[in-house]
Amino acid sequence: MDLVDFLFFVEVLVGGLLSGIMYSLVALGLVLIFKASSIFNFAQGALVLFGALTFVLLTEVAGDFWMWTGWLAIVLAGAAALIMALQKLNVDGSAVKQFSDKYLPRMPIFIAAFVVIVLALFIDGGQNMWRAVFVTMLLFLMLTTAVQSPKWAIGVLLGLAVIALITDGAVTYRAFAVTLAVVIGLAMAIERIVLRPMVNQEPIILFMATIGLNYVIEGVAQGVWDADVHALDIGIPDIPFDFYGVYFSQFDLFAGLIAAALVTALAIFFQKTRVGRALRAVADDHQAALSVGIPLKNIWAVVWAAAGIVALVAGLMWGSKLGVQFSISLLAFKALPVIIIGGFTSIPGAIIGGLIVGATEKLFEVFVGIPFLGGGTENWTPYMLGMFFLMFRPQGLFGEKIIERV
Amino acid sequence: MDAAEAQSHETERVRQFKDLILEVDGVFVSFGGVKALQNVGFSVYKGEIFSIIGPNGAGKTSMLNVISGFYKPSAGSIVFDGRDRTSASPEQVARMGFARTFQNIALFKGMSTLDNIMTGRIVKVKSNFLKEALYYPARNDEVAQREFVEGIIDFLEIQSIRKTPVGKLPYGLQKRVELGRALAMEPEILLLDEPMAGMNLEEKEDMARFVLDVNDEFGTTVVLIEHDMGVVMDISDHVVVLDHGERIAYGVPDEVRTNKDVIRAYLGEH
Amino acid sequence: MFYREVGQYKSSYPADQAIFPLSNDRIGVMIILLIAFIWPPLSGSQYLMGPILTQLLVFGLAALGLNLLTGYAGQVSLGTGGFMAVGAFGCYNLVLRLPEIPIVIDFILAGLMAAAVGVLFGIPSLRIKGFYLAVATLASQFFLLWIFDHVGWFTNYDPAGVASAPTQTFFGALTGEGRALEFLAPIDVIVSGPNATPETKYVLTLAVVVVLALLAKNLVRGMTGRAWMAIRDFDIAAEIIGIRPLRTKLLAFAISSFYCGVAGALYVFTYVGNADTEAFDLIRSFTILFMIIIGGLGSVMGSFLGAAFIVLLPPFLNIVASNLGEGTLSGAALANLELIVYGGTIVFFLAVEPLGFARMWQIVKEKLRQWPFPY
Repeated sequence: MDLVDFLFFVEVLVGGLLSGIMYSLVALGLVLIFKASSIFNFAQGALVLFGALTFVLLTEVAGDFWMWTGWLAIVLAGAAALIMALQKLNVDGSAVKQFSDKYLPRMPIFIAAFVVIVLALFIDGGQNMWRAVFVTMLLFLMLTTAVQSPKWAIGVLLGLAVIALITDGAVTYRAFAVTLAVVIGLAMAIERIVLRPMVNQEPIILFMATIGLNYVIEGVAQGVWDADVHALDIGIPDIPFDFYGVYFSQFDLFAGLIAAALVTALAIFFQKTRVGRALRAVADDHQAALSVGIPLKNIWAVVWAAAGIVALVAGLMWGSKLGVQFSISLLAFKALPVIIIGGFTSIPGAIIGGLIVGATEKLFEVFVGIPFLGGGTENWTPYMLGMFFLMFRPQGLFGEKIIERV
Repeated sequence: MDAAEAQSHETERVRQFKDLILEVDGVFVSFGGVKALQNVGFSVYKGEIFSIIGPNGAGKTSMLNVISGFYKPSAGSIVFDGRDRTSASPEQVARMGFARTFQNIALFKGMSTLDNIMTGRIVKVKSNFLKEALYYPARNDEVAQREFVEGIIDFLEIQSIRKTPVGKLPYGLQKRVELGRALAMEPEILLLDEPMAGMNLEEKEDMARFVLDVNDEFGTTVVLIEHDMGVVMDISDHVVVLDHGERIAYGVPDEVRTNKDVIRAYLGEH
Repeated sequence: MFYREVGQYKSSYPADQAIFPLSNDRIGVMIILLIAFIWPPLSGSQYLMGPILTQLLVFGLAALGLNLLTGYAGQVSLGTGGFMAVGAFGCYNLVLRLPEIPIVIDFILAGLMAAAVGVLFGIPSLRIKGFYLAVATLASQFFLLWIFDHVGWFTNYDPAGVASAPTQTFFGALTGEGRALEFLAPIDVIVSGPNATPETKYVLTLAVVVVLALLAKNLVRGMTGRAWMAIRDFDIAAEIIGIRPLRTKLLAFAISSFYCGVAGALYVFTYVGNADTEAFDLIRSFTILFMIIIGGLGSVMGSFLGAAFIVLLPPFLNIVASNLGEGTLSGAALANLELIVYGGTIVFFLAVEPLGFARMWQIVKEKLRQWPFPY
């Protein structure tokens, strides 16, 4: 093998490793949720798409969207404040108190309202007013169901109003802040509304439920926003970058850094904070964690919020690489072999698995697939590799060993 | 049953046996660093009721798991009917004529009582899936199995729950259904892992009666683990006592009852 | 009042083990089958026979196949589309290259090919369980479709990669002039290709599906079904009562794939008339999975109920949309709405009634038993 061949090999390998990191970004979200609740969240890919689409559309929508959003947020915040005040005053027997006691904690009301809004969006072809209603309602839904604190609701809604009405110039920042809130909200609402009531069901049933959710989110994302391809520029040039004769993608390198930062942040979060310790306890044994007083529900909410953030990051990275489009949600299928190789419960496993998958599929495609098999092997090599891996290590590289007892 | 020149059930139930059916010799099992069984050996006679007792964590269930092929011993041998079967898989062990029940009931929750007991007949079925798909070629076989199973249902007095999903049954009945499934296999050796755990006195008496009846009527050898010393001493022919994975006593109930090591293991160092 | 089981005593075990122990059910099913065979061909509606009923039967059969594997044997598979594709392209090549074989035998052979492939991809199930297995089955989905896409032979080197069902008669080419089975020519009919009538195609599909459904029902109520359910409910306990895990699981993979393969063959020959790999993509696999979730895991009838729901939903939404007035819902919006309704229904069913339509039907029957005097 001469030098040119060798350099080419290195180039393919490094390219594969870097694109593998991008898969890891999606896989991380899956691992987080699986660790905390043993749910295999198939809808992670849809969350990634939802995050990217929301962000890109929020940078594109016209001014009247923000106007609607701002005023709606203020109205909802006002309503929440009013109810809170009336409850504080403890006006017994007042119609308002009865109303708030009776209806506010009832999620179905909100869900019904939400469904009506989504349907309105479809019939009206996604006008800005309805989109504004969608965004504010989603946030409100999340705050009333997941966080269940009127103070939070008022705070976040007022924040949303401020962002919507005042920060006119900062298009990107404004869109990012709102997207972050909405994606976290959506993730937490999913956990609270769909998965928590099903908590005693078989894991496989929960998995199938998340497949259903995947469809719902895809449908909502494309219906509320649109199904076109949107270019997304987050300011990183995708120019190849020369390193002693080997060309690297600068963008992929940046993605690698982002992934490293994300993993470091998660590692610190899990190792050093109280919530992180509690989460590890929950991951070990739900019942034992509950019995020592760890608030399981809060932990789940936090984990889903974290998974939402990870999904948004992945969405932004993939969106700027490929353009924001439906196929982003299919990336979940690349994340699946990553986690079966790395192990469902291991964050380092998600990274290593991503590297293995990325490198293998690129090397195989370039050196075997294209010359001998007519190309297109990237679709199945990760799965075949995963299957092969599992034959020898049924729990993946870093997964916990499955011990069966009788 | 000729070997078991059964004197009456009253008095001390001292029966004589001559043929060995199961010989466990020098078995070692460890998990990582934990030594679950160390050099445990004993022999079971054909047609007797044999008990494995000992405090919690003594290695009783591990012993049963070794016998039923679920754990492979790192050393030692298990001989059944003169044949070495140390490394047989659970499924092979089942086909040799072993049946067992579990400490934590292991029934098939999605199926009815009848179907659960019918699964015990799978080892005896002659038809194959093609015949079953066509139904009529397999019908006589199926009906024959059903008749056998109905016999067990009558024996265990669970006719009324025949078509109830087992998940809905109370604990005591589930234990009984599990025994039924084991009996459906027409085993030569029946392994029972704490068949009376968690039962009230009445249920315990019922279960003890079933075990004795099975032993008497079908001549089935019974190996059981039990906590209730009273029951064990009443119904067993031989007893082995384990503690910390080691055999500390072995013999007829009366010898074991008075053994110093056994008293120490149960009551602590004195 | 009308649906009574009082007084129906069974005096033998075979009677107690019948598929429909109640005479009411037996008669009802006979009537439904009779109507299914006679009414659609008499009505002459192509729309009813083709896109509605034949589609329902074909996907119902695939769903039944998956249900045997997932609902009964407890092995989740996401590779249904791949196995259907094996049956479809296998059958296509059989008819194309060996036109002498009667079509029903072609279907069986195609099913056997799919079964062989299914066994191959089922081997990991001995070591791999649950989610890990579900993900591993995706390997078959992607790999098989890739092969059919890249090896031109399978589609007879069609430039677009489409396999179009050739004209074929029921007894095959041997009924041609001067061939061995010429005497059968008068009763022979064309069952596939552009010259086949929708009536023949529908009746053939229905006959195949009814027979296979009956065989499946026999399997699951016999020892094979019990062994599958035992593995599903508690694999360790199953092993300890003498069930061979690998053999039982592989048998489930084989039979399940056989059904999916026949469904794939029917898809090409009696339903659409042609197929490329896109017809059997991952979306198809998921759709079939949804059918069994909605219809009922571990229920033969549920597979068809679920298929009916999924097949009838789009036309139903279309009717709703067109009643809302022209242009209120665009095609894209409708497609997205469909996604939402699909997904929402699945989540709803799993949350409220994880056993699907089949269980609901049972509950209805229990209520019906006492109706209209519940006391």
